[in-house]
Amino acid sequence: MKRYIGRRIGYCLLSLFLLSVTIFFFVRVTGDPATLLVEPGASQADLDAIRHQFGLDQPLLVQYGIFMASLAHGDLGQSFYYRTPVLDLYLSRLPNSIYLAVVAMALSLVIGIPSGVLASVRVGRFWDNFGKLFTLLGLSLPSFWVGLVLILVFSVYLGWLPSSGAGTPLHLIMPAFALGWYFAAAHMRLTRSSMLEVLGSEYVKLARLKGLPQSLVIAKHAFKNALIPVLTLAGINLVIMVNVATVVEVVFAWPGIGRLLYEGVTFRDFPVVQGVVLMGGAMIVIVNMVVDILYAVIDPRIRLGS
Amino acid sequence: MAIQTEVLVLPARSPSRLASLRRSDFPLIPALILCAIALVAIFANVLAPHNPEIGSLTARFRPPFWQAGGSTKYLLGTDQLGRDVLSRLIFGARISMVVGLTAVMFAGVLGTTLGIISGYLGGWVDQVIMRITDTWLALPALMFAIFLAAIAGPSLWNIVLILGITYWTRYARVIRGEVLSLKEREFVRLAIVAGCSKWTIMLRHILPNVINTAIVLGTLELGVVIIAEASLSFLGVGVPPPEPAWGLMLSDGKQGLMVGRWWLTVFPGCCIMLMVLSANLLGDWLRVKLDPQLRQL
Repeated sequence: MKRYIGRRIGYCLLSLFLLSVTIFFFVRVTGDPATLLVEPGASQADLDAIRHQFGLDQPLLVQYGIFMASLAHGDLGQSFYYRTPVLDLYLSRLPNSIYLAVVAMALSLVIGIPSGVLASVRVGRFWDNFGKLFTLLGLSLPSFWVGLVLILVFSVYLGWLPSSGAGTPLHLIMPAFALGWYFAAAHMRLTRSSMLEVLGSEYVKLARLKGLPQSLVIAKHAFKNALIPVLTLAGINLVIMVNVATVVEVVFAWPGIGRLLYEGVTFRDFPVVQGVVLMGGAMIVIVNMVVDILYAVIDPRIRLGS
Repeated sequence: MAIQTEVLVLPARSPSRLASLRRSDFPLIPALILCAIALVAIFANVLAPHNPEIGSLTARFRPPFWQAGGSTKYLLGTDQLGRDVLSRLIFGARISMVVGLTAVMFAGVLGTTLGIISGYLGGWVDQVIMRITDTWLALPALMFAIFLAAIAGPSLWNIVLILGITYWTRYARVIRGEVLSLKEREFVRLAIVAGCSKWTIMLRHILPNVINTAIVLGTLELGVVIIAEASLSFLGVGVPPPEPAWGLMLSDGKQGLMVGRWWLTVFPGCCIMLMVLSANLLGDWLRVKLDPQLRQL
């Protein structure tokens, strides 16, 4: 067990290392980072000063050392536009993104799990087909377009919901749905297939042979066991949601980290862009590691198998 | 007593191709939609009634022809610069097709090559490639694409490259798995005995056997890539204006949304939806048809 956890942590550190190398490498390969670090229209003297200040005139290996050392201190650089440290900016926006992701996740589970269960006990019937359509659309519609159409219907024509910004729970409904539909579709698909697998198992057959009513078999014996993989996926998806909401946050002017990334791109505020991507990647790598370790703690087959 | 049997003469039916296709649950409508979009993309010059990049400022924000104020000159209305929406949609099909197909192919070549090398050579090469793949998979793809697009600057071919290097991982993972089982098969062992070099075996014996899988993955990836391109263009780091990309049109249309200029948002979105939906349906069918092993994906 210790060896397994040690190896997982090793892989995680390796992934983080590769992540930092990738970001470091791409910034330098695609052009002179000095031009990204100064504001547009800077003079040659400014460029040289910036190169010297950030050590860009040093050998690549030394540069990487400096880059890693500042990362280790939690220093993601200074935003040009806001003139504050990137980390402070990031942390001030993060709660909004988490708030949106949690509500979108709750919505996706409330829609995905019951409809998945319903589809699994009514295979090939109306609810199953309706569920398939819902899933297909959820996986095929770009979330930002869903957002725009929601604004058009509920803000412009019906005037029921505010079109952008944050503040009241009403502001959350449309962005949460636009973000959550895709995930609701994924959760529904997994609930359905997981339920079908459990419904075909021996212990469910036994429960039926005992003469338990259908509703009890589904609710008590099948549902609880089918829920495990869905909740695992939901846990990972929650972290992904925090990081992929960029387009939805832009559509609804939601002040989260996705919008921060967009602002960074629009204002050519490069340290912000780099910081948000580094933090997002690191967050997902770490969550994957935690899930792997938890799985091994629960299920000995995984740690012994590898 | 002889038994009289009635001879049934069945009318000779020529099995029409179309009918047999319909029976075999072939997704006919999605395939037709994709073909239609491809044709529109190819013949955009002929089909488009107006120039997609030049508008007339006197004809700004015209609604579609059936609404008050609309005219049949601009069937689906005009945008903030007076450009014809229909013509822009037609030329947008070309961009979506070109970006979608080339990015998927680029990702496919990259991922398949790495998958074959990783699976066949094994050892430290496999370890290195798979660790890189894992790291790549861990990155939020769209966020990474935005990052790359922000440093590379907006251009059509940059987007193709960026989407290619963002979405190759799935090919590498799946194809490596296939190669692991292929390399234990007789024909590969015989090729080794016959003295073929590693590269010959990978190119002549392994590659033809994993092409089917790569095609299925490519079809499934097409929808993802098209949405990614639209998202990047929407955020202003994708296809640069004044090119008529659907994502860019949505981004322009966003401003007119609050005053009810719905046609600037609804039409480009419907185009993206039709294309992605068709690609996904076709991909699902191909997956089941060509490769039973992939049904679980």
